Amino acid sequence: MRKIALENIDMLFSAISDKMSLFLPVDQNDGKAAYTKWEEGKKWSCALNTVKSPKDFFFPQTEDMMEFKVDGKNIEVIDTRKASEDFVVFGVRACDVRAFDILDRVFLTDPCDSYYATKREHGIIVSLACTRPSETCFCTAFGIDPSNPKADVSAWKTEKELYMQSNTEKGEKLLKVLADVTDEADEEKVNEQKEQISSIMKRLPLAGLDTSEFGGGKTDEFFHSPAWDELSETCLGCGTCTFVCPTCQCYDIKDFNTGKGIIRYRCWDSCMYSEFTRMAHGNNRNSQKERFRQRFMHKLVYYPENNEGIFGCVGCGRCLSRCPISMNIVKVMKALGGKENE
Amino acid sequence: MQKITTEQLIEKAAELMNEGKVASVLGWEKGEFGYDVTPGIFGSVDELKAKFVYGDFSAANLSKYLVKKTEMVQGQALVFLKTERKILIFLKPCDSYSFNQLLTEHRFDREKVYAVGVQCDGMVDIEKVKKIAGDGLLSVDTSGNDVVVKTLYNGDMKIAKADVLAERCVNCKSKKHVAYDELLGETGEVIDSNRFDEVERIEKMTPDERFAFWQNELSKCIRCNACRDACPACTCEKCVFDNPKSGVENKSPANSFEEKLFHIIRAYHVAGRCTDCGECSRVCPQNIPLHLLNRKFIKDINEFYGDYQAGAEVGSRAPLVDYTVNDVEPGEVFDRGDENA
Amino acid sequence: MNKTETLIPKVGVITDVRIDTADIKTFRVVTPDGKKAFDHMPGQCAMLSIPGVGEAMFSITSSPTNTEYMEFSIKKCGCVTEWLHQAEVGQQITIRGPYGNAFPVESTEFRGKKLLFIAGGIGIAPLRSVINYCRHYRDNYKSINLVYGSRSMDDLVNYDEILNEWTKDKEMYIYLTVDKEDPDWVKHVGFVPNYVKELKYTPDRVAIVCGPPIMIKYTVAALKELGFKDKQIYTTMELRMKCGVGKCGRCNIGSKYVCKDGPVFRYDELGELPDEY
Repeated sequence: MRKIALENIDMLFSAISDKMSLFLPVDQNDGKAAYTKWEEGKKWSCALNTVKSPKDFFFPQTEDMMEFKVDGKNIEVIDTRKASEDFVVFGVRACDVRAFDILDRVFLTDPCDSYYATKREHGIIVSLACTRPSETCFCTAFGIDPSNPKADVSAWKTEKELYMQSNTEKGEKLLKVLADVTDEADEEKVNEQKEQISSIMKRLPLAGLDTSEFGGGKTDEFFHSPAWDELSETCLGCGTCTFVCPTCQCYDIKDFNTGKGIIRYRCWDSCMYSEFTRMAHGNNRNSQKERFRQRFMHKLVYYPENNEGIFGCVGCGRCLSRCPISMNIVKVMKALGGKENE
Repeated sequence: MQKITTEQLIEKAAELMNEGKVASVLGWEKGEFGYDVTPGIFGSVDELKAKFVYGDFSAANLSKYLVKKTEMVQGQALVFLKTERKILIFLKPCDSYSFNQLLTEHRFDREKVYAVGVQCDGMVDIEKVKKIAGDGLLSVDTSGNDVVVKTLYNGDMKIAKADVLAERCVNCKSKKHVAYDELLGETGEVIDSNRFDEVERIEKMTPDERFAFWQNELSKCIRCNACRDACPACTCEKCVFDNPKSGVENKSPANSFEEKLFHIIRAYHVAGRCTDCGECSRVCPQNIPLHLLNRKFIKDINEFYGDYQAGAEVGSRAPLVDYTVNDVEPGEVFDRGDENA
Repeated sequence: MNKTETLIPKVGVITDVRIDTADIKTFRVVTPDGKKAFDHMPGQCAMLSIPGVGEAMFSITSSPTNTEYMEFSIKKCGCVTEWLHQAEVGQQITIRGPYGNAFPVESTEFRGKKLLFIAGGIGIAPLRSVINYCRHYRDNYKSINLVYGSRSMDDLVNYDEILNEWTKDKEMYIYLTVDKEDPDWVKHVGFVPNYVKELKYTPDRVAIVCGPPIMIKYTVAALKELGFKDKQIYTTMELRMKCGVGKCGRCNIGSKYVCKDGPVFRYDELGELPDEY
């Protein structure tokens, strides 16, 4: 385990950014944190988390995929991707680290998505243990330990120091690069912090959220629940929950005529949008209730069914704080779970 | 001013329901933490008693739901008995302007709605509370003019409500209910607010500064469409941005130019119809001050055509769709634009 | 990590356009060097696109046993299909695939069995691939029946091949029907599901049904009346798709992705999915 005094943290950032791009949460002018490329003078945010999740680094909101040159009846397909370079995403919370695993199971499953895979190969994740989880946090419901985040390097921020432990080859390499600015450390402070956090987690209002009702094979049980009507009744059908969600991975592929050629790009899409499933001859999810149900069924039943019981939610709480009507997966779980025997 | 309570609203709604005047109630539903209030439709007195809430976080403007919900009431009336029962909606003063504007645009059937105006003492912005109290809010309550907060990390706190009022309430344009069948609590007056101060500040910027300001704000946009979907002026049956045949249908900007266009086109589309209810900025997950675009239009319209408030009355002809001989000459608008450029 | 550029298409050339009906054309596609773009199995699909217009999923109507080219029978009903209908021979498009599963033509589910194909309208497109495959390996299967219906005789797709080739095969029985009477039409008139009932098929065979959702629904009901079990009925589904590889989320029904786990489903498998298709 390595450590560095927090007062010298810029030395650590500068040592990383000498070698490769470094992204970390920085407070924006509205007081909210967002992942920003580090450069001299940028201050690492103390916020619990960013509004937008770090999935953007591997599955960007918009991504050019290829270009077409069209000449009369002829078409040329050009792969416009440039060689990728290594980069570091620093300060990723345990919930968002799990989200990468959830996305991996989609994008890296055969046939592997090379756009995602390349970025994933080049990205080095430094996680960060939580010290002050919010009332909207419920990661423990999904078996995530916020005091012991995974990823290439795990990090803990104590009062005066940052501790780092590598978990992968990539992480080990990064810590080697940082050997000059860090010191060898024992685990005492980290263990102390872990204990502290786990006692806090138990006091959070959503600590008792129960996921045992949900999982694969429960389609029949929940699909026809009468609760969906009420839950979805005032849903605006916007894409906020989807776009702030670290695990939502639906996308669209679109063409854009630049005047000089056609760029085919992909962008985030939302199953909450009315034309997500619209076809020339109809729409198989015509009502907002059906679309709303799809999103939550996918996270609580369909995804675990295909992925050894792992839920498609990590309890980061972003949808809790961002949904315009304050409807969210916690309210859905409580309403569905409670009505099971009716 | 006496505060209006949740219980009073429930009592009123229950009374109207029991009398058979209304079939359902459009109101606000309690959440998990006190502040995460959800718009809800209540179908019974029991439901009201269990879940209804009116307080500092009943911020959502419910009037837009009438577009969809009155259609449903109509549908039910056709299928079942020809019932005269209506949908009850609670309107805060600023909501009542949206209500009128929707009526002006014939977006719902007034006959199917029973509107109860409710006194509003301003809504609290939970983001502002969290800026002071920090994260880990265990409960949020109001006591007199204070917001009382219990937190996990900073103990219990009393915050003056005035310090955590939502921006749109700090700059409240009117405490007057412009539409209702019945009133609960007091109604107030139109307020000579400072709501255009921020617009003026931006007007005074150099074009480069102004461009940088909006570039910075709008580049945060994630195109979730929450602003559009919450906006009571955005009630097109098929939005141009959802229509694949429009050529501008887009979920996510192909480049940064497009995300600016989305908001600017939307601001133009609601110009003269926007009541300045502030829902766009309230719901924006990226905290973009979208209301400033609309306020700029309102300010310009006031200056060019005389003061006009959309939704102040039903059926008024907005200056942009009306011609009078006193209208400002296009040349003047052009010159003024030049001055500002 | 095995990286396949599954989302980057190849260039294809339209080498022949056959007008089937007023709104259906069949396109022959090869690569610019005149070869087949890729191999496939009956029932699988391909993504065709016109840059700047869009990309859409189509079932491959030609049989895998055709080693020279692929064919797609396409009904005009959206942006991509409208554009394709205006395309001339020599036009290049893009093509990627194959996507999805296939009919179990090589398993004992089909081999050694009597096959009953039931198609409505453009629903013949994916079945034509299976039928020609089975005709090619004729000895592997017992009798083949086809009940095929459309709105009118002008809407029958692939009519020439049916009349000139399929009806001449031994142990292949073709029953055509149209919805509305026509002085030039001497064969059966009526809807497909009723015709299936009239033909009194015994459930000692495998039924493969494809057509508009409403036709599938009533045909399956008819088959069940005749004693067919869910496990003897196959269909192929159509939903909106973008990626074709089970990732973009559009064709997700329950835990299945129609583009990857389908489009071919046996009826008992479909029954396990939520009713959202």
